[in-house]
Amino acid sequence: MELSGAQILVDSLKREGVEYIFGVNGGAAMPIFDALYDENEVKLIPMRHEQGASHAADGYARATGKVGVALATSGPGATNLVTGIATAYMDSIPMVAITGQVFTDFIGSDAFQECDVIGVTRPICKHSYLIKDCEEVADVVAEAFHIASTGKQGPVIIDIAKDAQKNETLFQYPETVDIRSYKPQMHGDPAQIAKAATLIKEAKKPMLYAGGGVVLAEASEELRELTLKTQIPITVTLMGLGAFPETHPLAMEMPGMHGSCCANYAFTDADLIIAIGARFDDRVTGDLSKFAPNAKKIHIDIDASCIGKNVQVDVPIVGDAKNVLTELNKLVDTADIDPWRDQIQEWKQKYPFEYEQKGNKVMPQYVIEKIYEHYSDAIVVADVGQHQMWAAQYFKFTEPRKWLNSGGLGTMGFSLPAAIGAQLGCPDDTVVNINGDGSYIMTIQELVPAITMKLPLKIFIINNMYLGMVRQWQELFHNKRYSAVDYHDNPDFALLAQAFGATGLRVEHPEDVEPALLKAKGINDGPVVIDFIVDEEENVFPMVPAGKGLGDVIRGLS
Amino acid sequence: MDKEERHIFSVMVENRFGVLARVVSLFSGRGFNIDSLNVAETHDKSVSQITLVTHGNAQIIEQIYQHLNRLIDVIEVTDLSAGTHVEREIVLIKVATDDAQKRTEILQTAEVFRGRVIDMKPASIVLEVTGDEGKLEAAINIFSTYGILELARTGKIAMMRGATN
Ligand SMILES: Cc1ncc(C[n+]2csc(CCOP(=O)(O)OP(=O)(O)O)c2C)c(N)n1
Ligand SMILES: [Mg+2]
Repeated sequence: MELSGAQILVDSLKREGVEYIFGVNGGAAMPIFDALYDENEVKLIPMRHEQGASHAADGYARATGKVGVALATSGPGATNLVTGIATAYMDSIPMVAITGQVFTDFIGSDAFQECDVIGVTRPICKHSYLIKDCEEVADVVAEAFHIASTGKQGPVIIDIAKDAQKNETLFQYPETVDIRSYKPQMHGDPAQIAKAATLIKEAKKPMLYAGGGVVLAEASEELRELTLKTQIPITVTLMGLGAFPETHPLAMEMPGMHGSCCANYAFTDADLIIAIGARFDDRVTGDLSKFAPNAKKIHIDIDASCIGKNVQVDVPIVGDAKNVLTELNKLVDTADIDPWRDQIQEWKQKYPFEYEQKGNKVMPQYVIEKIYEHYSDAIVVADVGQHQMWAAQYFKFTEPRKWLNSGGLGTMGFSLPAAIGAQLGCPDDTVVNINGDGSYIMTIQELVPAITMKLPLKIFIINNMYLGMVRQWQELFHNKRYSAVDYHDNPDFALLAQAFGATGLRVEHPEDVEPALLKAKGINDGPVVIDFIVDEEENVFPMVPAGKGLGDVIRGLS
Repeated sequence: MDKEERHIFSVMVENRFGVLARVVSLFSGRGFNIDSLNVAETHDKSVSQITLVTHGNAQIIEQIYQHLNRLIDVIEVTDLSAGTHVEREIVLIKVATDDAQKRTEILQTAEVFRGRVIDMKPASIVLEVTGDEGKLEAAINIFSTYGILELARTGKIAMMRGATN
């Protein structure tokens, strides 16, 4: 029987095991939405904004490791997806974004709601397809999922003309995908791995530096084995938190601009850095000329173009982290580096993350500590700003895929829709959304689908009435000229939550923090929003000012 | 390390629409330079060859190589400058020929460069010269003394010497 291109698309998604597709309807995608109307296997989740749809697909992917799927119409629908696609691209998240396109005959004529989606998304996706013929649909979907989920993962765009959605043909799904020009290098070169093992053996001050790539490669077990076997101290980046338990004595907490002094001093002093699925991002390294001046570098990454991009590497190893670590683990032993371990412990003891209680204010860090106390097993989805850094500092992650945040692009508005995707993907987990007052209102409309679906999200707003992270920089580097960061005119978020139909609570005193968190625990028939009114001008420390070396970290207190 | 070098890349790509745009936007997006570019089908109709001349220090050349390789539609990238290779380019030069005396001189000069006359009009002549960069530069220099009316170059094409694969 012949099926429409739209039906073939939906059947192809089923073949890929897709559970959810997040979207907003519109003219050029109507046949696809129509095909999803009476579909039970692939559930359509209507979002309130296409940005929300792309972040929800992204959150689903981050929490589950599976490919997230977003759907939008042409023109404005597609351009609204762009921020979410770029967000996923920067963090290598597997996603397929499907956009309707105007009829083939109209393409290039500036037709109503026409936009060159392939052109617009070219630099922010792993690959893209324009389908003009329904014959191509099944093959393209199979290729798109293969590309999105293998090698260095990332978003793939499928732009499909309306006539290709409506025309009919036979459905035949390819059993295998073989793309001659795409063969990711999964296994590391054994000679290079042996060299790495030798450097590890010779090092007196080695450190492990693991990033989001470890999570993406599902290599946490192998990383744990490497760390425990060698007893080498480890720092895990913002993107990798949970890849190694932060509660372990060898864990130094995250490095970088707002990372631990211990990790930053360790970089500065180390004689060997073993980077695994981490990319020497500028927020981690600070001034490159002062970064790890004495250290040899081993860099394990699935993406050859990532190696040697920012720092010179002594032993590059291109391959999947899981495979490479499995091989490396066979060659290493306990490192004989007691004085170095003692040094690390000393820094750790001396410079923990700490803050000062100001009067009777609700301190933002205190809220995070209490969230950790009561929700230590939760999936935490953070937004972007000071609250994100405090969450990363004061919540201790012990498992991968429990900490979701937009680290690469730093997209405000990411967290609420991403939390929706995470909750749908992991229905048995508690999902905590740590949000900022500025970030929350960027995608607040997604509270609606969360309420409709009765998702028991715990939405905790660290409300400092400011675009706090920017205000902090203005305080430190712009003479307190608080240009366009004052958010005192925001609505009352507790009342607003109630107006949406969710439970809304407001907390203004330290003694009310815990009771509110406990109350939220008991509400599971829909989202709870707690608006924590915190100290307005608290800053995030430690801080390595932009352009400075890691050794120049401002510790903050005293 | 920081010395700028000229490199010729041969990039075999899927012969599909949009592929050249991906290659070119990779360069513009990352601030790499393209000095010359040539694209054409190969003997296998499903494959196009892009010959691309660029320059940069060793780190940039390595990045260009890796980023080209990362594009899904790129089948193979070869840095021809890494081995011995041959390269050629064609230039068409239209030169003004106001009088017979000048025309004779131009034709003699063309001989020297093994140039071919491919069109002749009372007041102008179109020459085709093939060669590597040095030869073309020399030819263009000389002909510019007669007054070049128009000039078009193909961009370089190149391949490794000897058997491949
Ligand atoms: C979409 C977007 N616009 C602007 C920025 C720049 N920016 C980074 S952090 C920040 C402040 C975030 O404010 P809020 O959500 O209240 O968090 P806080 O820093 O106060 O905890 C801004 C504006 C950004 N990251 N993303
Ligand atoms: Mg704020």
